Amino acid sequence: MDSAFIIEKSVVIVTVFAITMIMAMYSTWAERKVAAFLQDRVGPNRAGWGGLLQPLADGMKLFAKEEFEPNTPNKFLFFVGPAIAMSTALMTSAVIPWGDQLEVFGRTVQLQATDIDVSLLYIFGVVSVGVYGIMIGGWASNNKFSLMGAVRAASQMVSYEIAMGLSMIALLMMTGTLSLKEISMQQSGMDWNVFYQPLGFLIFLICAFAETNRTPFDLAECESELIGGYHTEYSSMKMGFYLFAEYANMFISSTVIAVLYFGGYNYPGMSWAVENWGVNAANIIGIGALFIKLCFFIFFFMWVRWTIPRFRYDQLMHLGWKILIPLSIVNIIITGICILAFK
Amino acid sequence: MSTAIQNISLSGKKKQVSNKEMTFLERLYLVAIIKGLFITIKHFFRKKATIHYPEQVRTFSPVYRGRHMLKRDEQGRENCTACGLCALSCPAEAITMKAAERKKGEEHLYREEKYAEIYEINMLRCIFCGLCEEACPKDAIYLTLSKELVPAQYDREDFIFGKDKLVMPLEMAIKNTQLKNAN
Repeated sequence: MDSAFIIEKSVVIVTVFAITMIMAMYSTWAERKVAAFLQDRVGPNRAGWGGLLQPLADGMKLFAKEEFEPNTPNKFLFFVGPAIAMSTALMTSAVIPWGDQLEVFGRTVQLQATDIDVSLLYIFGVVSVGVYGIMIGGWASNNKFSLMGAVRAASQMVSYEIAMGLSMIALLMMTGTLSLKEISMQQSGMDWNVFYQPLGFLIFLICAFAETNRTPFDLAECESELIGGYHTEYSSMKMGFYLFAEYANMFISSTVIAVLYFGGYNYPGMSWAVENWGVNAANIIGIGALFIKLCFFIFFFMWVRWTIPRFRYDQLMHLGWKILIPLSIVNIIITGICILAFK
Repeated sequence: MSTAIQNISLSGKKKQVSNKEMTFLERLYLVAIIKGLFITIKHFFRKKATIHYPEQVRTFSPVYRGRHMLKRDEQGRENCTACGLCALSCPAEAITMKAAERKKGEEHLYREEKYAEIYEINMLRCIFCGLCEEACPKDAIYLTLSKELVPAQYDREDFIFGKDKLVMPLEMAIKNTQLKNAN
């Protein structure tokens, strides 16, 4: 392993990390703006042009806030909770292919922190660890509301992970690989998976909403019932970490949706661009294409949040276990029949 | 011609509610969700209702009771004679004042022989009921003239408004007189 390789990988990793942080940061701004616009308001517009410095102001405010600690016997777990939530949210971005490759100083740089052949499983694994952050934080808060929120979050994530995994299996039957890079490459041009797996996409999308604990499935932190849910007792930057992790998760979910179903960094005419404009130009446009796709999904997450009211808890469980799981099994059967019939 | 009362719809949006079984499409909710998404996205591009206070100020109605103003007459003299009726009528006890005698050479400043040396209104106590305005025998205090709100402050002391903030500016009195003469 030469030192250039290590430098190359560190640059990619740091860039991906920074981009995830910045995207999560500006998602908070975008959320407030989108919420305002959908409600005929203008949103934050005092800090910087169009309120663009608002996330910085929010972060500074959170740092300056008093760090409250509840009277809990689990002081250590109280600290560990937000740390797990944050680190799992940031870890998932490691396997996402942001583009094909760039040529820098005669080297071919893969635009992916690591291309492991089980990247999809890796994402699933890390995301399910994320529930521990919420569970531990809610448990260690020594507060009934927090515990209720944590229990809800845990059961909700467990229920929806099944349907999500099953909808994924149908996709895997089609692609035949778990590597996100290969899945992206198979969708070159407009050969997007969503055209072959519309039902699977719908199930995956609904489950993504549940996995990120966002409206209409934000029962883990529903204000009207549980005050703040699992982060009721948190303040200062620990609270900031939880909120930040939620937005980082949203960013990663949007990216995964874009990569799995909407062609990732592919755009129509990419091979033509590689031939005529060179690898670098074509791939920078590819990164842009991926970001346009994932930004649309982040917007979609927010759009849905301000449209649909929250589900009741039994409705949520009913939807997860009695509708989405059977539906995803049906989807697997249909996919199997189609593969047998057409391939 | 008379319509039965249950068929009248003043808003034109009346819909008959029924308990019939939902069809399959309705039970999917997806159609309803997509309809809802279209409604919200329409609002995304609609004109915003926000008024950018303090850069933009809403026009006040002529009877809006805002911040108080101690009036001057046509010659720019203060109307207030410090009789204390406003303080007496005030249900929130927001007004205090100290009277003083007009000296020689101050006739252009104060209309009556007695005037308010100190006149203070605590804007945190004031409920903007306008009873001081009704009680005033000298036409001196008005809530409808200033067309201003009491701005936010950081300290409680800053909410006690003295004569420097309450008395009508001289230019305004001059302008009023000119307008009156022009008519």
